Amino acid sequence: MAPRVDALYFFLVAVTTFFSLLIAGLIVFYAIRYRRREPDAVGARIEGGLLLEITWTIIPFLITMVIFVWGASIFFAMSRPPDETLNIYAVGKQWMWKFQHLNGAREINELHVPLGRNVKILMTSEDVIHDLFVPAFRVKADVVPGRYTQIWFQPTKPGTYHLFCAEYCGTQHSRMTGRVVVMEPSDYQTWLATSGTPGALAAAGETLFNDLSCNTCHRRESQSRGPSLHGLVGRTVNLEGGDTLVADEAYVRESIVNPSGRITAGFQPVMPAYQGLVSEEGLLALVEYVKSLGDASPTSHAQ
Amino acid sequence: MPSNLLLPPRHYLNDGYGVWSWLLTRDHKRIALLYLAAVTFFFFIGGAFAVMIRLELATPAGDMVSDDTYNKLFTMHGVMMVFFFLIPVIPSVLGNFLIPIMIGAKDLAFPKLNLASWYIYMIGATFTTYAIVTGGLDTGWTFYTPFSTASSTTNVIPAALGIFVTGFSSILTGLNFIVTIHKMRAPGMTWFRLPLFVWSHYATSLIMVLGTPVLAITLLLVAAERLFKFGIFDPELGGDPILFQHLFWFYSHPAVYIMILPGMGVVSELVAAFCRKPVFGYSVVAFSSLGIAILGFLVWGHHMFVAGQSVYAALIFSLLSFLVAIPSAIKVFNWTATMYKGAVSWETPMLYAIGFIGLFTIGGLTGLFLAAVGLNVHVTDTYFIIAHFHYIMVGGTIMAYLGGLHYWWPKISGRTYNELLAKVSAAIIFFGFNLTFFPQFILGYLGMPRRYHAYPPEFQVLNVLSSAGASLLGVGYLLPMAYLAWSLRYGKLVGSNPWGAVGLEWTTTSPPPTENFAETPVVTWEAYDYPTRVEGHVA
Amino acid sequence: MPNGVTHHPALAHHFDNLEQQNEAATLGMWVFLVTEVLFFGGLFAAYTIYRNWYPAAFADASHHLDVMYGAINTVVLIGSSLTIALAVRAAQTGDRRTLMLFLVLTMALGAVFLGIKSVEYYQKWEEHHIPGPSFQYEPAEYFRHAQVFLSLYFVMTGLHAVHMIIGLGIMTWMLVWAWNGTITKEYASPIEISGLYWHFVDIVWIFLFPLLYLIGRHGPTVH
Repeated sequence: MAPRVDALYFFLVAVTTFFSLLIAGLIVFYAIRYRRREPDAVGARIEGGLLLEITWTIIPFLITMVIFVWGASIFFAMSRPPDETLNIYAVGKQWMWKFQHLNGAREINELHVPLGRNVKILMTSEDVIHDLFVPAFRVKADVVPGRYTQIWFQPTKPGTYHLFCAEYCGTQHSRMTGRVVVMEPSDYQTWLATSGTPGALAAAGETLFNDLSCNTCHRRESQSRGPSLHGLVGRTVNLEGGDTLVADEAYVRESIVNPSGRITAGFQPVMPAYQGLVSEEGLLALVEYVKSLGDASPTSHAQ
Repeated sequence: MPSNLLLPPRHYLNDGYGVWSWLLTRDHKRIALLYLAAVTFFFFIGGAFAVMIRLELATPAGDMVSDDTYNKLFTMHGVMMVFFFLIPVIPSVLGNFLIPIMIGAKDLAFPKLNLASWYIYMIGATFTTYAIVTGGLDTGWTFYTPFSTASSTTNVIPAALGIFVTGFSSILTGLNFIVTIHKMRAPGMTWFRLPLFVWSHYATSLIMVLGTPVLAITLLLVAAERLFKFGIFDPELGGDPILFQHLFWFYSHPAVYIMILPGMGVVSELVAAFCRKPVFGYSVVAFSSLGIAILGFLVWGHHMFVAGQSVYAALIFSLLSFLVAIPSAIKVFNWTATMYKGAVSWETPMLYAIGFIGLFTIGGLTGLFLAAVGLNVHVTDTYFIIAHFHYIMVGGTIMAYLGGLHYWWPKISGRTYNELLAKVSAAIIFFGFNLTFFPQFILGYLGMPRRYHAYPPEFQVLNVLSSAGASLLGVGYLLPMAYLAWSLRYGKLVGSNPWGAVGLEWTTTSPPPTENFAETPVVTWEAYDYPTRVEGHVA
Repeated sequence: MPNGVTHHPALAHHFDNLEQQNEAATLGMWVFLVTEVLFFGGLFAAYTIYRNWYPAAFADASHHLDVMYGAINTVVLIGSSLTIALAVRAAQTGDRRTLMLFLVLTMALGAVFLGIKSVEYYQKWEEHHIPGPSFQYEPAEYFRHAQVFLSLYFVMTGLHAVHMIIGLGIMTWMLVWAWNGTITKEYASPIEISGLYWHFVDIVWIFLFPLLYLIGRHGPTVH
C-alpha cells in the first residue's frame, strides 16, 4: 500500500511544482515584460476570452478527476482488508496504546508483527478520541470511544517503526508514541510461542462470558432465553422490527453494552445492559470468544 | 510632485473629536478603524503564542514549557487567529470601510447594527481573553469531544461562549453587507458593474450568515454537555462524538472560505489597479466567488476521512472537494491573464498581490493532496495539514490584507507611507513565510504529527528551519505596524487618486467626508474602465 | 437627495427615501430569520440522527411529556400569530388603538405560553427527568438514550423559550412606539418585521411539538 500512496504523492508533487512554476513564471515574466514605463501608462483593454476560460476550467477538472479516482482506489483498498488477516486488537487510552494478541499476549506501546502477513487491527478508545498512526505503513485511523475502527497493513521490511497518536487527546498526546516491530516470520513464531498460548484471548473471553453469566441465556438449545452465538459473526441476523444486518464485531460489542437497541427477532428485550460493567479490553476478549464459536466469516466490516 | 496638497477641510477623521465620537460612531469608516485596532491587537496576541510555539519546537524535547502549557499555546494561537483575526479582518476592516463607498452609498444599510457588531466582537473577545488569562484552554481550536466536554480541565465554557458571542458579530456583519449590496447601490451601479471586491464580500456574507449559526449551536451544546452533563456528544452519556465533528466542520469548512474570499476580492482590485486593466473574465471571477461559497458547504467531511465515516461518504466528500478547487484555479488563471499586456507597477500593494497568487497557488494545490482520500490518510493530522492551511491563511489571506491595507491606506488616512521600507518589509515577510512553512510540508510527509510538544530527533533540522523563518516573519509583521503608524503623523499627503486607479473610492477625497461623496455618483461605466476613467490622478 | 422636500422623521440619513429604508429592514429581517433556521437546524439535525438510532427510547421518553400542555401551547402560539398579523394590519391602516390592543394580546398569549412551559419544566424537575447527575429513568434499558432525548428536549425548547422572551421584549418596544406615535401608516415597517420574527418563533414551535411530543402516539404499537 505504501508505494501506491507514495506514487500518488509524488505525482501530486509534480503537478504542484508544474503549476506553481507556471503561474509564478508567467507572473514574473509579465511583471517584467509589461512593466509600467511611464507614470500614466494604462494597460490594454482586454475584457476576457471564452476559449481560455473553458480551457482552464476543463483541464483542471480533468486533472482533479484523475487524482480523485486514483485516491479513491487506494482508499478502497485501505478500507477493505483481505479475507485472510492476522487480527490484533488495540485500545487507546490517555496516554498509552494497549495491544492484545489472540494468543493472550499483551503489549503496551509496542507491537510485534510478522513480515509479509496481512495484519488487521481492530481498535477502540477507553476515553477520548485518539488516532493510531504508523507513518512507515502510510496507515492512520481514529480510535473513537463507543465504537470500533480498523486499519490493515502488510509489513514488507523488517525493522522498527514509529507509532504515533495523531489525534490530540490531552496533556501527554505527544508522548503517546510507540514502536511497531516487524519480525522475520520465524522470529515472530518464536516470539508468539514465548509470549502466550494460541487461543488464549478467546479463552479469556470465554472465562469472562461465564463469569458474567452470559452462558445462562445464550445457549445452543432452541429454548434458551437468548439467541445462540454459534456462527454469529458473519451471519445475517433478522432483527425485531423487520431490519436485518450482518453481524460483525461492532454488533457484538453493541449487543453487550446496549442490547435493547437491536434485538434478534423472536426474542424478548430482557438482556441487561453491560455498559460500564465491562472494560473495553474485556469487551474485546468477549468479541474474540464469540468469533471463535463456530464458522465465523473472516471478512468483518467493523464500522 | 506637487507639494502643496492639503487635507480636505472636512473629512471623517476630523468630523467630531473625543473618545465618545469614536465609541458611539455610526460611521462605517470609523467602525472599520475600531475593528482595525481590535484585530491588530488580537493578531499580536495570537502571534506571540506562535512565537512561543516555534521557540519550543526548535528542539525535540518539550523542555521550554510544560505539556499542558504547550497544549494551551497551540489552542489559543488557533482560537485567536481563526476567530478573532482571520475571520473578521478583511470584511470588518476593509469591507466595512470600502463597500459603501464602492457602491456609491453613504453608509451601510444598518449603521447602528454595524457598531453593535463591533461591541459584540469586543465582548466575545473579552470573554475569551478572560478564559485565557485565568488558566487557558487546551482543547485545540477544534474542541473535539469527548475531550472538550468530559476530559479537559481548562476554561472550556468561557472560551466557547466567547467564540459563540463573537460569532454574532460575524453574522450581523454579513447580514449588513447583504442588505447593503442589494438595496443601497447608487443609480447606475448594476450588479455587473460592481467591483469584484464587492462580489467576493457578498459571497463571503452568504457563508457568514448560513454557516456561523451552526457553529453557535454546536458550541452551545458543548457548553451544555460540559456544564449540565447533557448527553449529546459523550458516549458515556449516550451521545456520539462524531456528530460533534460533523456539526463543527459544517461551519468550519465554509469558515475557511470566509477567510479567503475577501482576500481574493482584494487581489482582484490590486491586480486591476496595478496593471491598469480590467480583470480578465470579470463575470467568471464573480460567479466563481459564488461557486466557492456554495460548494464550500458541501465538503466538510474531508476533515473526517480518518474519523470513522463510511467509505461512500468519504468518496462523495472527496469528489466535491476536488470540484471546489476549480473556481479557485479559475481565479488564479484570470488574475495572471490580467497581467498580460498590462501596465504593471511594482509598488508594494502589487508585490503583496503577486505574493498572494503564488503562495495561494501552492497552498491550494496542496489541498489536492488532501482531497485525495487515499493520500489524505497518510498526511492528515500531520504537519502537512498545518503547512497547507498556513500557506492559504498566511500566504494568502494575510498577504492580501497587507496588500489591501497598503493600497487603501492613502484613502483611509490621507497620507502615504515609506515605499522603500514597505517593499523591504514585503520581501522579509515573503521570505520568512516560506522558510517557516515550506519545511512543514516535508515534516508532515515524513510523519511528524501535529499538536506535538516533543518530537523524535530526526525531525529537528526541518523544525529549526521553520523556527528560523518564524522569527523573520515576526520581524516582518512588526515593520508595517511601525511605518504605517508613523505615516499617520508624518506621511506625505495624497490627493484623491494617488494610484491612478478606477473605482468610486478614488473619486472622493482622501480621507473621504463622513457621507462619502459630496454628491451621490451616477454610474454609467463598467467596473474597471481603464483607460477612460482614471480621474484626478496626480502622479 | 430630493431638495426642498421635508423628509419623514423616521427616515435615516443614509437612505434616499422611506421605501428604500423599509425594504432594507424587511430584507434584513428575512436574512436574520434564515440564520435562525440554521441555528435551530443544528439541533434538528442532531435530533433526527438520534431518533433514527434510538427510536424506542425516544418514543418512550416522549410519552413522558404532557401532550395536553403541548397542544394548548401550540394553539396559544398560533393564536398569537393571528393577533400579531392583525396588529400589522392595524399599523398599516394607521389604527393606533387597535394596534396597541393586538400587541398586548400577542404579548399576553406569549406569556401564557411561557407560563405553561414553566409548569412543564417544573414537572420534569420533580420527575427527575432533567439530564445531569440527578437524572433518573425507568425502564433501565432506555436510560442512556432517554437522557439524550431529554437533553435535546431541554435545549430545543429552552432555546425556543429564550427566543420567545426576546420576542416579548421586542413587542414591549413596539408597544412603546405604537403608543408614542412613532408607528404610522407610512412607517409600519417595525411592526411588520417584528411580526416576521414572531411568526418565525411560532413556526419553530410547530416543528418542535410533533417531533418532541407526538412520537409514536398514532397507534398501539411503538416502532
